[in-house]
Amino acid sequence: MSSPSYSELTLNGLWKNNPALVQLLGLCPLLAVTGSVVNALGLGLATIFVLTLSNSAVSLIRHFVTDAIRLPAFVMIIASFTACIELLMKAYAYELYQILGIFIPLIVTNCSILGRADAFACKNPVLPAAYDGLIMGMGFALVLVVIGGLREVIGSATLFDNMQLLFGAGAESWKIVLSEDYPGFLVAILPPGAFLVVGFIIAAKNVVDAELKRRADARREKPVPGAQRARVTGHIS
Amino acid sequence: MALLNVTSPHAHGPLSTATVMQLVLLATVPGIAALVWIFGAGVLVNLAISAAVSLACEAAILKVRGRPVGFYLKDYSALVTAILLGIALPPYAPWWVVAIGACFAIGVAKQLYGGLGYNPFNPAMAAYVVLLISLPVQMTQWGAPFSNPAMGLGDALASNLFGSVDAVTSATPLDALKQGIGEAGQTFGSLGGFGWEWINLAFLAGGLYLLWRGIFTWHAPISMLIALAVMAFLFPNEAQGRIHSVLFHLFSGATMFGAFFIITDPVSSATTPRGKIVFGALIGVLIYAIRHWGNYPDAVAFAVMLLNLAAPFIDQYTQPRTFGHRGARS
Repeated sequence: MSSPSYSELTLNGLWKNNPALVQLLGLCPLLAVTGSVVNALGLGLATIFVLTLSNSAVSLIRHFVTDAIRLPAFVMIIASFTACIELLMKAYAYELYQILGIFIPLIVTNCSILGRADAFACKNPVLPAAYDGLIMGMGFALVLVVIGGLREVIGSATLFDNMQLLFGAGAESWKIVLSEDYPGFLVAILPPGAFLVVGFIIAAKNVVDAELKRRADARREKPVPGAQRARVTGHIS
Repeated sequence: MALLNVTSPHAHGPLSTATVMQLVLLATVPGIAALVWIFGAGVLVNLAISAAVSLACEAAILKVRGRPVGFYLKDYSALVTAILLGIALPPYAPWWVVAIGACFAIGVAKQLYGGLGYNPFNPAMAAYVVLLISLPVQMTQWGAPFSNPAMGLGDALASNLFGSVDAVTSATPLDALKQGIGEAGQTFGSLGGFGWEWINLAFLAGGLYLLWRGIFTWHAPISMLIALAVMAFLFPNEAQGRIHSVLFHLFSGATMFGAFFIITDPVSSATTPRGKIVFGALIGVLIYAIRHWGNYPDAVAFAVMLLNLAAPFIDQYTQPRTFGHRGARS
């Protein structure tokens, strides 16, 4: 089986087969930690890291692991990389690590990572597998950040608050306050807000897809009135 | 003589959706009158804003969904939701609180689920809960009873739209009870909360009218009130005796409004007779549990939303026996 091209992988990961919006995998962290951009970005980066490395490692061992024990092997690999990112975050972004809490170790159980290992990495060479992990991770992180941004704006009228947790003290000034006397709309930051925002984003994606499909259909050549259908059997070569 | 070939059933119920909704609107009139008498004209401003935004939102979404706008607007269901929400909100809430609530009730809680008949939650209560947890400050400032009637409609409008006229607010009786403040005659009336007893009696009157007209059956409201009364009797407030506790909880807050106008929603509540009894009783128990042991002074909206979610489950296990069969599902 030949690997899909890189542009195809890119389109799949970011849009057509986006883990968060189409596969609807990994919704637990998606809903739980997207209260602000910095939380979303922190978890998104961690997921990209784990997904890229686990895809590469799974691809490397794909000839040596039999089908029967592949899932435990994948989980071991994913768990090791998750432990790495956990230790890294403890060392370099300890406050953010404390905010994200249990959701960093829970990356192990993120279905989108195991899903990519089983659906793609174990059937493809290292480079496409690594690229797929990177792009799928980016697709996931992108959705996380968009949800985090929307919830932060609706909930408290700020954007990029607390970015110093991820980018050092210089990032403190990145905070944008959209309205000084905003009363706050708490439901956006609470869990129901996550469900609502994800729902609206998925709906928006479906609207865009429907519109693209309508345009593609309109561009397709219409059969000339009176034309007759030719029936072709067998194949030429 | 033309003979129409009409098949059975030959007896037609005169009640269409629109008629039912109009009767419900009519039945809210005594309650609204009591609210205006006790809290002043702010109630009317709320109702007007809520109705205008709800109808506009309903029309806009129906248009986007490609549904007949006039047909669905004429069934009055959006107006009923708007009025129920307007009644539930504090009388001097800023206009944008009311507008957000109306948009959420119609746009999210009703139309996103597929419109009238498809909403799993009571739209007015869903909007109320969203507002209550999102804007706790604006949502807990109730006017003090009999302190604002001097405000005319114009002052009330100015207060709601611009916040330029101050309304007198106070803790509601249920809130006062929770915080251990308030005194007889000021906070606690002879039946229920001071002022609130009249509102509850008015909604009770409207509800009994609807019951008499056969808009809903007795099961849900009566079982809710009995459950609430039993809970209040078993676990009375420290400050009041058992009997007074029962009366206080029956005639304070949103008890009667909830019993006759909210949990009788034919769409989001249980539908079988026994199911309605279970549905109402559990709401009554939950209302008392949250009022007595929980963090919120009143709990009708929370209890109703939780049981809305359980309604299909309740229906599943309370299906009536088919005539001629032994078991319910044989």
